[in-house]
Amino acid sequence: MIRFERVAKRYPNGREAISGVSFEVPRGEMVFLTGRSGAGKSTVLKLIALLERPTRGVVTVNGRSTGALPARKIPAFRREIGVVFQDHKLLVDRPVFDNVALPLVVADTPLREIDKRVRAALDQVGLLGKERLLPLELSIGEQQRVGIARAVITKPAVLIADEPTGNLDPELALEVMNVFRRFQEVGTTVMVATHDMHLVREFGKREIVLESGHVRDARDVHVPTIGAVAP
Amino acid sequence: MTGPGTWLARHLQAALGASGRLARAPLATLFTIAVIGLALALPLGLKLFVDNARAATGDFANAVDLSIYFRLGTPIEKVRQLAERARSRPGVASVKVIPADTALAEFRKYSGFGAALDAITDNPLPHVLGIRPRAGADSTAELAKLKDYFASWPEVELVQMDIEWVHRFNAILEVLRRALAVAAVVLAFGVLAVVGNTIRLEIQNRRAEIEVTKLVGGSNAFVRRPFLYTGALYGLLGAMLALAIVFGATALLAPAVADLAAAYGSRFTLLGPGQDDTLRLLGGGALLGWIGAWGAAARHLRAIEPQA
Repeated sequence: MIRFERVAKRYPNGREAISGVSFEVPRGEMVFLTGRSGAGKSTVLKLIALLERPTRGVVTVNGRSTGALPARKIPAFRREIGVVFQDHKLLVDRPVFDNVALPLVVADTPLREIDKRVRAALDQVGLLGKERLLPLELSIGEQQRVGIARAVITKPAVLIADEPTGNLDPELALEVMNVFRRFQEVGTTVMVATHDMHLVREFGKREIVLESGHVRDARDVHVPTIGAVAP
Repeated sequence: MTGPGTWLARHLQAALGASGRLARAPLATLFTIAVIGLALALPLGLKLFVDNARAATGDFANAVDLSIYFRLGTPIEKVRQLAERARSRPGVASVKVIPADTALAEFRKYSGFGAALDAITDNPLPHVLGIRPRAGADSTAELAKLKDYFASWPEVELVQMDIEWVHRFNAILEVLRRALAVAAVVLAFGVLAVVGNTIRLEIQNRRAEIEVTKLVGGSNAFVRRPFLYTGALYGLLGAMLALAIVFGATALLAPAVADLAAAYGSRFTLLGPGQDDTLRLLGGGALLGWIGAWGAAARHLRAIEPQA
């Protein structure tokens, strides 16, 4: 589902964020991407969401190599990936409903279906009834869950999250992480970048550790549920 | 999942969204529309001026008529007889007999010299034939031949052909028409620039929204759509303002023009913008706005790519 083959990314300023990174996340698995700040976690996620293209190597997501994808096909590619950001990137001048509906709106989904699915997604993250509120009227944890609802509303095959619990207290963080686990349980491939080692241990999922741009090892905290583990 | 209904709904939504955004910043919107309106009102006003000048001067702006003045004392029967001969001449489209009595009556009616004319017992005016050359036979050489032919009749005092004046008048109208075309092109570019700049600012203000939209898979076309509607709306509203300005100016000028026309014995009334002009201006305005917005969107939207 997500495969990195000897991937390197060098930014225009010359900094090489990652190099020689290889790993594979099979369909329906949930993995944690860990490592210190600056180890390259964000770069890996950007490469998956096609916010960046690899300098060397091959990134394959949903069976498609991102390096060769023409620019006009990027929007359709992104619609199949749900992304959750640490700063949640919500539109603060739009109500919760509009924020969550955005991925469906850009995909020309009929209005009736949008209404139904937005409610379903908000229900899944426990925010039903808050559709008309503005993001800033919600708590930080609730804002983060709006971001998750937006990421999953298209029922993406791949869900990635960049430090989704970074601003949350442990209780809220656990709650948010449980939301991710529920999506994994219904077949979504989930990758969560985090430095919250306590949570990682508690969840017992596979961990990919980045250390100054390289994968240290892909040790299994827990036996993966489905599929083989790549070297 | 997507049908024509959904497509229509999306466009409707983009159009409504665009109007909503314009309404939320009324002052800025008003200024932009005022600039576009003035830029569009100018060529429309100039066109009306040319149209009116042509309408006021009537047929003779195009047709070159010859007036044949007979010697005083030529009997009207002779004149009618010669009129028949003129009609049979190739190159002549029509011949109109204006007897001296009729000419005097008209002159009395329109010139304002009625009282002075009462003092004159004899009619000082000659009989006149108005000759209209056939279309296609009105080149300068052929007209000269026609003129010589009529001048050779012994009863004819004078053959007058106001060709110089007609040429000059047509040349003036032509200059005005070209000036109109140049002004229209220059001002159209002005409208493009105004709309383009307004849309550029709008794109900058909504940068975060554009980024997030692209992030969740919004295509360039989707992101561009509301800006195109905004541009078209600016153009359309500007064109409506231009029409209002020109209609207002026409209404203000009409009484004065009617007085002037009456003084010259004409029933001419000032023409406002016609239905064609109105539709063309509205359509053209909207199109200019759309194109201006497209130019700005093409340049600036591509540069905005989401950063995680």
